[in-house]
Amino acid sequence: MSLKANYLQAVKAFQPKPPYVFNSLKAFVVGGALCAVAELFANSYIRFFSMPLLSAQQLAVMTMMFLAVVLTGVGKYDDFSQFAGAGATMTLTGFANALASAALEHRSEGWTAGVASQMFKAGGVAIVYGVVAAYLLGILYYITS
Amino acid sequence: MKLAGKQTWVFEHDIYIQETGTAVGPLEAEGPLRESFDIAHDDLYCGERTWELAERRLMQEAIDVCLQKGSISFDDIDLFLAGDLLNQNVTANYVARTIPAPFLCMFGACSTSMQTAAVGAALIDGGFARTVLAATSSHNATAERQFRYPTELGVQKPKTATFTVTGAGAVVIGRKRGRWRIAAATIGKVIDAGTANPFDMGSAMAPAAASTIEQHFIDLGVSPADYDLIVTGDLSRVGSVIVRQMLAESGYDVTDNYNDCGLMIYRPDQNVFAGGSGCACCAVVTYGHLLKEMERGALQKIFVVATGALLSPTMMQQKQSIPAIAHGVVIEAVKEGQ
Repeated sequence: MSLKANYLQAVKAFQPKPPYVFNSLKAFVVGGALCAVAELFANSYIRFFSMPLLSAQQLAVMTMMFLAVVLTGVGKYDDFSQFAGAGATMTLTGFANALASAALEHRSEGWTAGVASQMFKAGGVAIVYGVVAAYLLGILYYITS
Repeated sequence: MKLAGKQTWVFEHDIYIQETGTAVGPLEAEGPLRESFDIAHDDLYCGERTWELAERRLMQEAIDVCLQKGSISFDDIDLFLAGDLLNQNVTANYVARTIPAPFLCMFGACSTSMQTAAVGAALIDGGFARTVLAATSSHNATAERQFRYPTELGVQKPKTATFTVTGAGAVVIGRKRGRWRIAAATIGKVIDAGTANPFDMGSAMAPAAASTIEQHFIDLGVSPADYDLIVTGDLSRVGSVIVRQMLAESGYDVTDNYNDCGLMIYRPDQNVFAGGSGCACCAVVTYGHLLKEMERGALQKIFVVATGALLSPTMMQQKQSIPAIAHGVVIEAVKEGQ
């Protein structure tokens, strides 16, 4: 097919396709591994600090998010995401990275106009649609039960 | 003859590049062309507080080193032409505060280097200036913020994405005899081939580059064989293959004498996806590397085609396609005694 005659069709032959299957596999394994690490934290908190299950799980989530923020700060989380893809972005650590990276990016415009007002520009979408989804499922649950 | 054919300016006077200056960031300094650059920083902040200030510093340094190398004073400069990628062209506009010469700010996205060089040469040819200073810059982190996401946000980029070059290039053009002559320039038309993926600028810009290069051959009645090198600005691994194919479809064979600045500035193992991009890509490779190659005698006559994608994040979010442009400048080596 000629590029001149039908560019949008013909140009596809020149564009490398993302390796969808391999990427999905990586995301599955890495995302799962992150969950396993969080589980390890939760179990440790129960065993060594005699925490109740719910508190231990909450603290484990906070530990994971803290680690993600630290990795973002030292400039490693984006490299990790480039490798792991959705395994690193769809997890809560990805949400922590979204907030931390935006806050870092806009620190140069000050604490108010920069950090505070821009912090949710990448992560806000998760909050908005998380809340919307929770309401929709809540309504569905109310109707069906 | 000044206008040849439809889009090509042939300069009646001898117009020379008198001196060049380049400044680059750390990754560019680690690349294969490190010896070609005048100033190299080992830190992306370049000693400044913010990325934007770092980019401004790069442009300022490129200008300073250019004037210093050529023993040119600000009094000799009749006009300053510059542009960059940031909103309101803040790098160029703020740097212009320090230049005591009339200033025209120009925006051509990543085609700015050859846009300013061509316009500068034309104004000199027309007698509106004797000596013109032209400069352009880009910075990886400011471009990421302007066009993409926060720098540290984890996003998996595709192989078609390009990596914005951190650096700045400056050039002084004038009537005084120099080592390189600007013989002609072909001004590009805006071409929108309909692609809408901002992570594949090569596909978006290749048709604009092909259009300008073909028009150049037609306007001047020349062929690819008349040039030692035809080089595009930042088409990268994806776009450079496409432009080659498009030229082949029109009957122009550039197999042996075509390259892309985005492929020259980094090593393939530097994790730069499809290659380098940004205003500085064409500027530092041309002003730093290619002109030195001409001085060395490795190249006699080159056609530098700087390519620009004229998009904005807002237009991308509104599902608009990417218009692109390419401006080409013919540079000839001036031999001793010629």
